Amino acid sequence: MEDTIKMLTHAITIQTVYVVVLMIFLGIEVISNVPSILHTPLMSGANAIHGVIVVGAIIVLGKAEPTNYAALVFGFLAVFLGTLNVVGGFVVTDRMLEMFKKRTK
Amino acid sequence: MNISSFEILSLLYLIGSVTFILGLKMLSHPDSARRGNTIAAVGMGIVIFGTIFLYSENGNFLNNKTLIFVALLLGTIIGTRAAKVVQMTQMPEMVSIFNGMGGACAALIGMIEIHHVQSGETSRLVAITAGLIIGTISFSGSMVAWGKLNGRFKDKTFPFQQYINIGMMLVILALGAVIIFSPNVHPSVLYIELNLCILYGVLFVLPIGGADMPVVISLLNSFTGVAAACGGFLYDNKAMLTGGILVGSAGTILTILMCKAMNRSLTNVLIGSFSSNSSANTSSPDNPDEHYKEVSMNDVAVMMTYAKKVMIVPGYGLAVAQAQHSCHDLEKTLEEKGVEVRYAIHPVAGRMPGHMNVLLAEADVDYSKLLEMDDANTQFSTTDVVMILGANDVVNPAAKNDKSSPIYGMPILEVETAKNVIVNKRSMSAGYAGVSNGLFYQPKTSMLFGDAKTVLQELVNEIKHNVN
Repeated sequence: MEDTIKMLTHAITIQTVYVVVLMIFLGIEVISNVPSILHTPLMSGANAIHGVIVVGAIIVLGKAEPTNYAALVFGFLAVFLGTLNVVGGFVVTDRMLEMFKKRTK
Repeated sequence: MNISSFEILSLLYLIGSVTFILGLKMLSHPDSARRGNTIAAVGMGIVIFGTIFLYSENGNFLNNKTLIFVALLLGTIIGTRAAKVVQMTQMPEMVSIFNGMGGACAALIGMIEIHHVQSGETSRLVAITAGLIIGTISFSGSMVAWGKLNGRFKDKTFPFQQYINIGMMLVILALGAVIIFSPNVHPSVLYIELNLCILYGVLFVLPIGGADMPVVISLLNSFTGVAAACGGFLYDNKAMLTGGILVGSAGTILTILMCKAMNRSLTNVLIGSFSSNSSANTSSPDNPDEHYKEVSMNDVAVMMTYAKKVMIVPGYGLAVAQAQHSCHDLEKTLEEKGVEVRYAIHPVAGRMPGHMNVLLAEADVDYSKLLEMDDANTQFSTTDVVMILGANDVVNPAAKNDKSSPIYGMPILEVETAKNVIVNKRSMSAGYAGVSNGLFYQPKTSMLFGDAKTVLQELVNEIKHNVN
């Protein structure tokens, strides 16, 4: 049983490392041909995407015991700040790109 | 039941990851950029709501849903409001703030989760500690970057700063190792570590010149991406892992691309060589007689009205003065008089690559009139009047001629090949690189001092009413 768990954990770790390495290459590949006029919106869009950290905050808050006030307060704050990152990030990016669209008319 | 909800959630995370990749890919093409942003946003929504309703640990679904929704709602309202209200010129600051919030979120997660692990769970402890350290540094660094961009903080350097920073980093790593290997260590260690990280973020960003802030923000952006990926390790959550790593690597590349556009290396930006060797360049050797001439508004108006072709070179001064609309007015007024008007955009004009394009697009300037650097450089020789609006280092000939100049080698707009150059600046002070600009002392250059917006409005008036 213990061996199975060990093997399973091992498999998960290897799998995770695979994902990480592939993602690093993908990130480089995706960005490399960007015209410089899109650098600012792209940075802003990437900024919104790393707001996915809010998922972790949701898990933390969702697991907090009703009496663990520290976890509740910090968790609440974390979800709030993470949401700011996500929503603010996407809206700002959209506002920038909206202007780019107008000019092509 | 349990298994199936787990499987559905995994599928949703896969969809989320794909939208992040697709979104980022589409963001790198002008035509698809906006759709790409929307797609990534939809994917984010799927991931978030999937987590709230389907995430379970040992058979228990998430509690405190009301609190979660209240926090989400508050964040959405305030985030949307802030993003809608912000001026286009303050975009870099806004991105920096949002980035800091993401870092703070990562740090808070670490602070709570560190109490939930037992010693021996090394891989989880590494993920938590790393997320805590990186998130905190990203948070305090972003706040300083924000403060520097809007002028709240000034550049500060003190002796041996680099050594102090390196020393601090070592202490942070050592304390991190202590926390990982004995997680039940006294809580004060955790607080010391946190405060050290905050201080490190501040000291890391504080000495870096204001003009380099976009590079720093981009770097901190990729830091936060890595912090998010740490969360992905911790929960074995593929959406967080892919999103985080993707931004981490893409952000790093973007940072390097930005440095390249300025012809500088990342180390050079971070250590900041400008302050150390600028002494050799405080007076430009090419121009022994440092006389500049001023020009009257009326002269400029006449010169421009009777020109065949006018090239406008926008810089940070235009952004600060919010002069993009006045600039468009000038363009329209001149075109009515039959003058051809174009804009020459240096890739790093302003405070962020693409900053000028965004600003001028906001003022409805026709995209086809914006020339990139190489196109512009071939056209300066046939240009009658070049109007430089608050740009400095990007038109400094020292980048071509003066090997001792700190900006030597940076590609510039070669405006001196035009017939006349008019420079609008607020004063004769040097640009961000702290280098004097020989262009201002050349015989064909005339200075027109004042705030870009006021000057442009007066100029438009002058052309409309006082020329012929």
